Amino acid sequence: MLNVSLYRYNPETDEAPWMQDTQIDTAGKDLMVLDVLERLKATDPSLTFRRSCREGVCGSDGVNMNGKNGLACITPLSETVKNNKLVVRPLPGLPVVKDLVVDMSMFYAQYEKIQPYLINNTPAPGIERLQTPEEREKLDGLYECILCACCSTSCPSFWWNPDRFIGPAGLLQAYRFLADSRDTATEERLSRLDDPFSVFRCHGIQNCVSVCPKGLNPTRAIGHIRNMLLQRAT
Amino acid sequence: MGMVTSITNYGRSGLSDWMAQRVSGVVLLCYVVFLTFFMLTNPALTFNEWEALFQQNWMRTFSLLALLSMIVHAWVGLWSVTTDYITTRQLGAIGTPLRLFLQGVAALLAFYYLVWGIQILWGI
Ligand code: SF4
Ligand code: SF4
Ligand code: FES
Repeated sequence: MLNVSLYRYNPETDEAPWMQDTQIDTAGKDLMVLDVLERLKATDPSLTFRRSCREGVCGSDGVNMNGKNGLACITPLSETVKNNKLVVRPLPGLPVVKDLVVDMSMFYAQYEKIQPYLINNTPAPGIERLQTPEEREKLDGLYECILCACCSTSCPSFWWNPDRFIGPAGLLQAYRFLADSRDTATEERLSRLDDPFSVFRCHGIQNCVSVCPKGLNPTRAIGHIRNMLLQRAT
Repeated sequence: MGMVTSITNYGRSGLSDWMAQRVSGVVLLCYVVFLTFFMLTNPALTFNEWEALFQQNWMRTFSLLALLSMIVHAWVGLWSVTTDYITTRQLGAIGTPLRLFLQGVAALLAFYYLVWGIQILWGI
């Protein structure tokens, strides 16, 4: 039997969040954490969490498992369980809507700020805007982000200033468009980032890197942005 | 965050803060390395030798530079810490007045240390 402790909070009936301790028989199988949650929900339908693809593609089921953020659907018990115990909490730092579901508005607001779309006002060519293979390669390690928010909600700088610090996820995408040879708004993008909070609240602690389920490296992208700001100023 | 924020530095360039932090850090490191080296190469240091060192104009200038760097370094660091923890988000309504008060105290202290440091450096 695996001991499971779940963060529960129903704002309509609970005065405060509480931890529900329960047990589940995994029959010795190395289940994914999402499977455990699904099984528990089968016995208690009020348990609430997000999920969709159940294969690490959609980014819906970011949660905090035994203290570390990750996607429940691709985190096997063997990777997270310590002393036969699994503790599941919502992603830290964001308001809880219910149980494991957090309000992602602040996270998306930061994403929106960096203008996550190609800006190019020159007349579009007949077929498409071409890139050389080298130019295209610069986007590797950036475009794969699924916006699960595991990184930003593990970042202390984002906890303290979620309204002013863009956070690792947003900054990774900011660099994705700064690095795109087809984008012509580099100067405008950089000028929107050069305040003491948007980029410079990153202190390089790399919590973001250690949790990203896609193996991406926001800290490196943030370093690139800083260098671009530096070059622009000198 | 708009116009009003520039007085509390929200509108300042993050890059210049970042550079100031790096440059002042390097100056402080040089100063510490120099003093350590000086003491290691003068193991039987007397008061007169120490005084003679600080009577050279370049040493006074170097010391003043280090003092200014310390002030810049401390200011950028403390500003960053106070805007992390002493905010309306963390503490409620008291956050902003408390932060401005603490930043004011830090600024006054820094100015006081600067004047005091100049008095010491050029008073001996
Ligand atoms: S490296 Fe920067 S963005 Fe990543 S967790 Fe640390 S402070 Fe946050
Ligand atoms: S960078 Fe990684 S952890 Fe952050 S939102 Fe994208 S996929 Fe998730
Ligand atoms: S359910 Fe889609 S990423 Fe986990």
